[in-house]
Amino acid sequence: MREQILTFLEKNSKIDLQELAIMLGSSEAVIANEVAKMEEEKVICGYHTLIDWEKTSSEKITALIEVRVTPQRGQGFDSIAERIYNYPEVQSLYLISGAYDLLVILQGKTLREVSSFVSDKLSTLDSVLSTATHFILKKYKDYGTILGKQAKDERMLVTP
Amino acid sequence: MRNPLSDKVVTIKPSGIRKFFDIASEMKDVISLGVGEPDFDTPWHVRDEGIYSLEKGRTFYTSNSGLKELREEISHYLERRYQLRYDPLHEILVTVGGSEGIDLALRAMLNPGDEVLIPEPCYVSYLPCVVLADGVPVTIELKEENQFRLTKEALLEKITDKTKLLVLPFPNNPTGAVLRREDLEAIAEVVIEKDLFVLSDEIYSELTYGEDHVSIASLPGMWERTLTINGFSKSYAMTGWRLGYICGPQEIVAQMTKIHQFAIMCAPTTAQYAAVEALKNGDGDVAMMREAYNQRRRFLMHEFERMGLKCFEPFGAFYVFPSIKEFGLSSDEFAMRLLEEEHVAVVPGTAFGECGEGFLRISYAYSIEALKAALERIERFIGRLRAQG
Repeated sequence: MREQILTFLEKNSKIDLQELAIMLGSSEAVIANEVAKMEEEKVICGYHTLIDWEKTSSEKITALIEVRVTPQRGQGFDSIAERIYNYPEVQSLYLISGAYDLLVILQGKTLREVSSFVSDKLSTLDSVLSTATHFILKKYKDYGTILGKQAKDERMLVTP
Repeated sequence: MRNPLSDKVVTIKPSGIRKFFDIASEMKDVISLGVGEPDFDTPWHVRDEGIYSLEKGRTFYTSNSGLKELREEISHYLERRYQLRYDPLHEILVTVGGSEGIDLALRAMLNPGDEVLIPEPCYVSYLPCVVLADGVPVTIELKEENQFRLTKEALLEKITDKTKLLVLPFPNNPTGAVLRREDLEAIAEVVIEKDLFVLSDEIYSELTYGEDHVSIASLPGMWERTLTINGFSKSYAMTGWRLGYICGPQEIVAQMTKIHQFAIMCAPTTAQYAAVEALKNGDGDVAMMREAYNQRRRFLMHEFERMGLKCFEPFGAFYVFPSIKEFGLSSDEFAMRLLEEEHVAVVPGTAFGECGEGFLRISYAYSIEALKAALERIERFIGRLRAQG
């Protein structure tokens, strides 16, 4: 049941719980209770909105920054990760397997803002060995949703 | 000039759906719940395999029966899902949709005057195909009080010494009815006793929402009397690929293959390669779609109940078949007025046989948003009808 609820909420956090209960063959009280519990347990960590910023007038730039670091004795990557994710402009931070260690997703207003973050804040951290910055040019699909495309029903209107 | 036409063809009535299609196509803001195919796109990995087969230049005929690899996958699938055993070399024929299988079976099995039992309401093809194959269609009325199941009694009533074949279209389009194992056992008993054959159209077999589908050919004594039709259209959302299959005893399959060989040659090659991928790696897609249909089904049933629209609960396919008898309109009038006044297209029950009178077929192969918008209009419409008394 939890997994089914989460599958719906992940796609549409605004879904009417009564409607969800009908579709899952359950009752609204059960669903609401389960959602409340998951919020409390931080299984549900927040409700966000997926925005295609390109359709707005606001200027935003997103960068993916690969960071190689020296892990610290007794702390592994956690302490350096914390120093990085505390910056509000850092949207996401992942520990990655492979050629580098941390992937920082950064959102800024301008190219300069992003590059100054990398050169002034990120590179100067003691345990950071190197960085490589990639700017996102276009978002085709985000969080499982294809951006900017309207789905159209191509079927014939009435068929046997 | 001489009459250019065959008398037999001229007697066949065109499908009753056509006029709704014509009117609906002219409307701008029509919401249709009249479609008999999935709203999902074919899963991408399946489409990708079709594209890949084209890139590799696999653009030739396959063997008449279909790609051997595909027949082997079909054989595995039928055994895994329905405990059916068919030899891929001699007992499986890949066809152009399930529809071709219907036509082949009837042409391969019927002699002039042989009677074919067709439970109605049902899909529109069986009756004309029987006529084209020189058989005599005999319809059996399925009743709402039996959840539109075929009962032993209804079957026995229509059997004569000319009866040769029973068409068994379950899970059913348009009613959404399913047959349980015990229903099939009762039918099998009659079929064996009266020495009949069964053409079991199981194209919706993956779309059941209670118990799993049971294939009649898996019952004792029935394999040798049954042709099983299935395909990719409904389970893998592949209607436009035109790919199905028919399985049965070699004696019959060999004759069907002859007709198929001369009339069709082989099913589309690209579709066959894509279908191999669907059978190998498509279980998850089927489960996902089944769950989505089930959610919509529950939603629709709930909404009908709220509106006070009488509807038996269907457990298969993606249709509901509500009764509109309380309004005193024929199915055709109701559907036409609903289309004209509220721009919602549904199919009158009579398109699937005379006994569909008093019912509508509503498809839930639509997003919840589309269903909601349509239901709002339907509710307004029936509210008006009730107010007029």
